[in-house]
Amino acid sequence: MVTFPGRYDSLAKISEFVIQAAKDAGLDSKAVYAVELSVDEACCNIIDHAYGGEDIGDMQCSVQIQPGQLTVILRDQGEPYNPDDVPELKMNVPLEDLKLGGAGVFLIKNLMDEVHYRSEPGSENVLTLVKRQPSSSI
Amino acid sequence: MEISSKQHKRCDVVTVSGRIDSATAPQLEETLNSIMNASRFKLVIDMTDVNFVSSKGLWVLIGAQKQCKRYRRGEVILVNVKEEIRSAFDLVGMGDYFTMSDNLTEAVGSF
Repeated sequence: MVTFPGRYDSLAKISEFVIQAAKDAGLDSKAVYAVELSVDEACCNIIDHAYGGEDIGDMQCSVQIQPGQLTVILRDQGEPYNPDDVPELKMNVPLEDLKLGGAGVFLIKNLMDEVHYRSEPGSENVLTLVKRQPSSSI
Repeated sequence: MEISSKQHKRCDVVTVSGRIDSATAPQLEETLNSIMNASRFKLVIDMTDVNFVSSKGLWVLIGAQKQCKRYRRGEVILVNVKEEIRSAFDLVGMGDYFTMSDNLTEAVGSF
């Protein structure tokens, strides 16, 4: 498990860490990018919502590498933040009516094969993301 | 992320490289705002060397597009957006808000 300070300049370092893990799992470039983007969005949510700002707390990232499958587990000790509670992103809205924000959770749910959230009251939030390589392209 | 901009006769070209994420998006926003604050709303963003755009970066681009297209005074055109980044734009239904080009000269010439 690797610990990163809960601040935006950790994002590039976390990306490097999960990109390498995704490549080690044998994921193709599209799946690697899906992992990179989802983890970035999840970490931003930890900083912005669980901690409510930069430099409040740390984020812990661990990975489980299997052939054709990567599991990323993110932990934080901030306020509970359940991605299922985030309102659905409104699609097909005219540009002038588009309200900024709210795409992160939508991206995570659509790019990952599995998303599990667990909040342990008084202790920590645990977000588990699973990405599998489509079998046809292994 | 590195960013530079150049004022052309009919538009401004902003060249970005690296990651557009929560750490760097404010810098891009500042650059785009400084151009738009000078009443220049025809923007070409060269994304040839951009390898990552998070939703924060996406919102900065959308925000600029909203400002530029207001009163039909201009537009943001994106050049050489990598396939993975483009797929993420499309996934959240925002690819359609932008003209995407694979040729910088043509994009500049379209204004």
